[in-house]
Amino acid sequence: MIEQLLFYTFAILTCGGAVAVVATQNVVRMAFWLVVSLGSVAALFFLLHADFLGAAQLLIYVGGTVVLLVFGVMLTASGPYTTIKTAPAEGIIGAAVGLMLLMVLVSSIGSVDWGAISGRLPSSPQSPFTADSIREAHADEAIVNSGSTKVKTDLAAIQQQGRTVRQLGLSFLGLRPDRNLKEGGANGLAPGYFLPFEIVSVHLLVVLIGAAYLARAKRRAVSEDRVSLD
Amino acid sequence: MGDVGLNAYLMVGAVLFVCGVVCMATKRNGIGVLMGVELVLNGANVNFVAFSRYTSLGLDGQTIALFVIVLAAAEAAVALAIALNFYNNHLTIDVDRGNELQG
Repeated sequence: MIEQLLFYTFAILTCGGAVAVVATQNVVRMAFWLVVSLGSVAALFFLLHADFLGAAQLLIYVGGTVVLLVFGVMLTASGPYTTIKTAPAEGIIGAAVGLMLLMVLVSSIGSVDWGAISGRLPSSPQSPFTADSIREAHADEAIVNSGSTKVKTDLAAIQQQGRTVRQLGLSFLGLRPDRNLKEGGANGLAPGYFLPFEIVSVHLLVVLIGAAYLARAKRRAVSEDRVSLD
Repeated sequence: MGDVGLNAYLMVGAVLFVCGVVCMATKRNGIGVLMGVELVLNGANVNFVAFSRYTSLGLDGQTIALFVIVLAAAEAAVALAIALNFYNNHLTIDVDRGNELQG
């Protein structure tokens, strides 16, 4: 009940923020509605039991990317052509095409039986979250029944520890404890994500160097010109 | 059991995707186009995490969603650098004015 209420609240905030990003013409207000929409998406991640992913969404998107976009707005909002508006005809055509695309997507989502398809997926360590949560719930009950304050602090520590963080970290190191150990390796060794992790980290480094190179102020040529003029 | 189900999350992802596509197509401000890209990537992320919760996909969906977040941050950095260069050359960020390469 409370989960449904939270879901509908944040789903309406997400969709309304996205529609408001499309509808407003002011860039700063677009950035604000983008913050609303992305923050609500982070709340949806928390509702989907993806705690680390929701935190990463808040930190990287809302705290990093949107701030970067706002700085871009600040740096480009002066000059002779500051008011950039979409023509009304283009807006109407875009809204019509978008509505048609939305209808196509919604009808195709509704016409697929997702339960049958997920039954056809190869491996079935059904949701490490459910298995772990059941086991941890039993452990918690045992700890609570045994009493004593030290054990209760241990219980608090267990409850504060994220449930997906350790598994995500191990899968980035190339280990998949949720697949390999629990099933006894019956499905063969599930590959981890060590190589994609390395690739994406080198990619991030290269991209940041390239962005700093592209966005640098080209003062050297001007100063050399001034020196030559002097 | 107040379980929402997979379809509701997929609907939210579809709405985010469509809003992002319309934003990319209709905005004339370059930064607005970048915001549309962010919306599209977030719609994909919602779908990934919903599938990782409600099907036997397990942890793979969340891992790929993390990669998508990192790549979106990288894309925003490079695209913003390109937008600043565009602004330095054209004194505006209207993407309709970047038509020097047309045939």
